Amino acid sequence: MIKKFEDLNEMHLDVLTEIGNIGSGNASTALSSMIGKEIMIKLPQVMTLDFQDAIEHCGSPEELRATVLIRLKGELEGMILLMITQELAETILNIFFQKTNVNLLELDEGDISALSEIGNIMGSSYMSAIATLADLKIGVEAPVFTVDMLGAIMSVPVIEFGEVGDKLLCIDKSIEIDGICIKSNMMLIPTVDSLSVLFTRLGIL
Amino acid sequence: MIKPLNVGISDWKTNKGEGAIVTYALGSCVGICLYDKVSQIGGLSHIMLPDSKSVATGAATNRMKFADTAIPDMLSAMLKMGAVKARIIAKIAGGAHMFATSNEKFNIGDRNVTAVKEALKILSIPILGQDIGLNFGRTVFFYTEDGKVEVKSSIKGVKYL
Repeated sequence: MIKKFEDLNEMHLDVLTEIGNIGSGNASTALSSMIGKEIMIKLPQVMTLDFQDAIEHCGSPEELRATVLIRLKGELEGMILLMITQELAETILNIFFQKTNVNLLELDEGDISALSEIGNIMGSSYMSAIATLADLKIGVEAPVFTVDMLGAIMSVPVIEFGEVGDKLLCIDKSIEIDGICIKSNMMLIPTVDSLSVLFTRLGIL
Repeated sequence: MIKPLNVGISDWKTNKGEGAIVTYALGSCVGICLYDKVSQIGGLSHIMLPDSKSVATGAATNRMKFADTAIPDMLSAMLKMGAVKARIIAKIAGGAHMFATSNEKFNIGDRNVTAVKEALKILSIPILGQDIGLNFGRTVFFYTEDGKVEVKSSIKGVKYL
């Protein structure tokens, strides 16, 4: 049994990296076909982080992020967070609506629904890859969206996990569009209990 | 100007006189400023959960994480520095509900604010200013020379408590 994130060994972390790779590969293909651009993903990072480090990993706490949060229900619980920087939002909204000089604080309803839908499609394809691979039933809730300081946004997973421990497990990846690296984070944050289910299903516990 | 003391998540710090204590980007967490104007002793606590007694054992080891333990601990530290209990006042900020969701369990911001108010009531510390709830993040600067609290948000701008 995995009781806390510190119990994970090298093999577990390798498996999670591969899962992140498959999931985010699928998510990036979905994004690529939506926006018609070539998308490269880097090998995901799997990190067990203290809460403060989890925030700092994503950037300076006051930086703005447009964020799509998707809660996971069923045999894998936790959440997916897609934290979109101004740069990525501008790239996407330029493709969709030919917008330039996008200000995250002045997004209109069309912008928000476009970004939410991107999060939704990326999140769902990420999860369906993992569900197929590990034969898990994973439910995906409707995405919720906000724009705020990334520290305030990260307080949401941090608080939920704070009730059971002092660490977060993040499977994180950054993406490149048309060869340009765009800093944004797509994170899968699973609960500890879900990991045991996942590893059992994959036959490595 | 002296570099402000930085308080992370589940952390508190105290200061006396000149300078400031800052905590960045509170979401559903709550920042609690305690201040004794005469001695110019202040403390800023950044709690993330309401109650140390309601969580899994093992999670409750960091007393700075919870409203019910962090606030009395920080108060004791301030009293040791020379602050006088009867003069101490509080100003609080944070406790937002970051994402619209119908699930009440996730509205931890409200629960944090309620727990902070309860902890302050037990200690008979009056709350003289607050900027709480709603759906946006806040950065808190607490100036211990005069007790002024500056609350900054990307959406609503700056507010003084």
